[in-house]
This record gives sequence, structure tokens and C-alpha cells, in this order.
Amino acid sequence: MIQFNHVSKTFKRNRVLDDIDLKIGLGERIALVGSNGAGKTTLIRCLLGEYVYDGEVAVNGLTPRRERTEVLARIGFVPQLPPPLKMPVGQLVGFAASLCNSEVKRMEDIAQRLGLDLGKIARLPFVKLSGGMKQKLLIAIAMGRDTNVLVMDEPAANLDPDARHIFFELLAERLANTTMLISSHRLDEVAPLVNRVLEMDRGKVVLDDRVADDASLSGKLACRLTLRRPEEAIAKALAGWSFRDTGNGTEWEGLIAGPDRLRFLGMLSRYVGLLARMSMEEIERGGGQ
Amino acid sequence: MKHLWLTAKLDIVESLRARWFMIYTLVFGGIVALLFAFGLTESRVLGFIGLSRLLVTYIQLSMAILPIFVLITTVRSVAGDREAGVFEYLLSLPVSLGAWFWGKIVGRYLVVFLPVFAAMAAAAGWAMVKDVEVPWSMFLYYTGLLASISWCFLGIGMLISTMARSIDVAQGAAFLVWLTMLLFLDLILLGIMIQGHVAPEVAVALALANPLQVFRTAALMLFDPQLVVIGPAAYVIFDYFGGPLFKVYALVYPVVLGTIAAGGGYLLFRRGDLP
Repeated sequence: MIQFNHVSKTFKRNRVLDDIDLKIGLGERIALVGSNGAGKTTLIRCLLGEYVYDGEVAVNGLTPRRERTEVLARIGFVPQLPPPLKMPVGQLVGFAASLCNSEVKRMEDIAQRLGLDLGKIARLPFVKLSGGMKQKLLIAIAMGRDTNVLVMDEPAANLDPDARHIFFELLAERLANTTMLISSHRLDEVAPLVNRVLEMDRGKVVLDDRVADDASLSGKLACRLTLRRPEEAIAKALAGWSFRDTGNGTEWEGLIAGPDRLRFLGMLSRYVGLLARMSMEEIERGGGQ
Repeated sequence: MKHLWLTAKLDIVESLRARWFMIYTLVFGGIVALLFAFGLTESRVLGFIGLSRLLVTYIQLSMAILPIFVLITTVRSVAGDREAGVFEYLLSLPVSLGAWFWGKIVGRYLVVFLPVFAAMAAAAGWAMVKDVEVPWSMFLYYTGLLASISWCFLGIGMLISTMARSIDVAQGAAFLVWLTMLLFLDLILLGIMIQGHVAPEVAVALALANPLQVFRTAALMLFDPQLVVIGPAAYVIFDYFGGPLFKVYALVYPVVLGTIAAGGGYLLFRRGDLP
């Protein structure tokens, strides 16, 4: 479906992509990981037809640069840094829907599921929204249309746990007919979402590996924690994950989205000395395996 | 075509919310208001009185302000948008590069031309209310001149924005272009060249190639038909063109130059990296 044939990109003698050869099939969910300057963003921009390059990039046999409207009509993109657009939210959504031959309503519905009421913020300039709201809106624009490819750069970084869970559900609904390319600095952020990992370093793909695909994207885990003593810092962190205090600050319980388990454990690891007991039990398997 | 208008509309909305547009509109509206406030319509200079006097002053001030305003705001916002990641996102949507580039120019053109025209039109409207005679032929020609020079510098601005990869370089280049044209006005370098016995044809060729000079000469022509103030170069202009033809040239040449610059910008934009 997506092919990179000997793709190289050089900026002023600096080779940012070095002879990349890749084949990505329909339904693959790829984590594109690597440190800053590894070439992830450049690879994405070549795929979106935004850069000129040596070699060939093809999406369903079409060249993103030459046949950009046909190719981009099938690609939903969520950038890492939201653009500082001054236009009102309503106009941005209208503009995107019109260009993508979609309906504003579809984008509004996705935003609504993510907890963003577009009706209330339609007149606000996009740039004035909070980081999380911008991220939700960009996800709604990327997913509120017919796409076969989703390209997302740190898509869930600014989302709260509830919105993250809905986001994973939205991804799960599209697993059968969508290829996903999810870029991140850290593998643990995206590992549960993907079935293939591409690691880049200095313009080359240094690791191309299939990963176990057992985590359900839309499943949930019931988690119970017992702390040795009440502690304000962990209480605040757990409240951020929508956990409930069931025993004077020492007993906590809540639900975690399946793909978020690693991230949750990462957060808990900061307070490991306080943990007396913990349990995690899968309660909703959901789809998306 | 639908995508072009969508992009134009988008650029207009972005510009209307930008600070530069507020300053830009205030400057041109302010000029007209100040000219009225200082009683310029009642003063008599070189035989001009009433609204003609105001228009002559307005067009001279526009010549000084409009080009640098259009250049700097265009390169700042276009190069700034690219640097800030606006291009990366909006060009990931399925819009053709032609619709995007020319849509941006159309939107930007309306935004830079309309306030300048609106200020002049407001002056004419106010004159009618106050029972001051409106010189309509002069008004229409000045409208044409302003439209033409706006397009010219917008095209040049878009070319610079496409070539420069950063906002600082774009701004520096825009300023340099404006300064070069300013130095080649008859008042400054051209005067020195004539004094230094440079062939009049060279001087006149430079003057005719410089859109600022063309604009200035055409504007002067309306109240100084013999072009006494620009000296001997005027004879060459009249020998080659004659007054009416030069007026047409002054409208057409900046449009052609702006279109060539914008076209060049588009070719570079299409061939190069977008964000």
C-alpha cells in the first residue's frame, strides 16, 4: 500500500534520510520511533508530498507529490505541534471538511466522542485552545473523513486518560481498513497501539520488527492500589487518571485503557516505595487485537 | 477553483485577525482622517483645491508606505506561517499547490488593497456629503494605480517568501528590494546619475523598470502634466510614450511585473520543499 523505494533526502549536505526502503501493507500499525533528528518527521513529510526527495514514494501506486490531492484525500494527519492558526475553530473544520469532501457533522461527532463540544468553541480562534483541545480537534479532523492511512505524530501526548481511551477506541474501529503510522520519541508511549516497530537513527531504519499484538485497543483494566500511607503527590497523579479514593487516601481504584497500561505503570514507578499492593484485571476485552 | 476560493477565504480570515492588518488599516484610514482634520481640502497648492488636493497628497503618501507595508506583511506572514508549521498542517490536506498558492495571493490581495481603496473611497464619500466636488476621473485612475502597485509588490513579496527559508531572511530581502527601488527613484540615485552624465536612455530605462518610479511619475502626471518636477527625463518619457500611453503603461507594467514575480514564486514553490 505504501512504498518507499531508495528514498533519500538531503538538506545542505546533511543527509536526513538515507536510502530508505520500506513496504507497509493495509492494516499495519507502525510505531515510528527514534531520537530527535533521526528522520521521522522528514519521512512523514515525504509521505505527505511536502518534501522533494531522491527515490520513489508511492501510496496505492500514486505519487504524493504529483497526485497530491488524490493521495492526501486518503491520508489523515495529526501533527505533533498544532499550527498557530488564528482562524475560528468552526472555519477550520469547515475548510478541512470541504477540502476532504467530508461533512462537518462527522468531524463534530468524533470531537464530541473525545469530549470536545465544537458548538461551544466554534467562534474561538484555534490558537487560543488548550493543548489538549487542539489535539482532540486535529484528531477529529483527521478521523472524521474517509481515510486509508492515518499518520500521527505523538497523537495522544496531550490527551487526558478518558480522551486517550476514546482515541484508542476510535483507532480500534478502523483497524481492518486503515494503515497507521504513529511517530513518537518513546516506544512505551505507542507500543500497545502497534503491530510493527520501525526505529530510525540518523536517516536509516535500524530496526524493523513485528511485535506481539495481544493488547486490545478498546479494552479496559480494573486497577486497585493500596498505599502504605496517604501522599498528596500520588493522590494528585491518580486523580489525573480518574481514580477514586476508597479509603482515606490509601485505597484507590479506577479503570485504565488497555493500551495505556505501560504508561500507567510508568507513572506508578515514580511512587513505587509507597505501593503496598496492586492488582490489574482485564474487564473489557474490546476489539482491535 | 473551489479550493482556490476556500484558500483565499482562509487567508482573508487569518489576515483580518492579525495585528498587522489592524495597523495597516489604521495607517491608511488615519492618513485620510488626518488630511481632512488638517483642512487639506480647503488649502490650495499648485492650483489644486478640494478633494484633488487631498488625493494628490494621499497618493504620494501611499507611494511611500504601501510598497514596504505590502512587502513586509506578505513575507512576514507567509514565511512566518511556514516557520510556525502552518504549511506543514494545511498542506497535508488535499488541496492542490496551484489552488493553495494562488488562493493565498487572491486573499492577500483583497486584504491589502481594500483598506487603501476604502480610505480613498471614504474620502470621496465624505466630500460628497460636504458638497465638495469629487474629481472622479482622478479618483478612478488613482484606484487603478493603487490596485496595480499593490499587485506588483504582493507578487514580489510572494516570490521572496518562496525563496527565503526563514522569516528573518525574507524580511531582510524584502527591505533590500524596497530600498533598491527607493534609491533608483528620480529624486535620489537617478538624479545623481544624470548629474554624472549617464546616458539619459539608461536613466530612463531604469526609471521605467522601477515600479515605484512608474507609480510616482504617473501620479505626478495628474497634477503636473509636463512633469516639470522630474527634470529632463520627462522629455524622454513624452518622446517615447506621450502622456496618455504612459498612464496606461503605469497601470499595466506593475501588474505584469507582479504577475511574473508571483508566477516565478509559484514555480519555485511547486518544485521545492513546502514547509
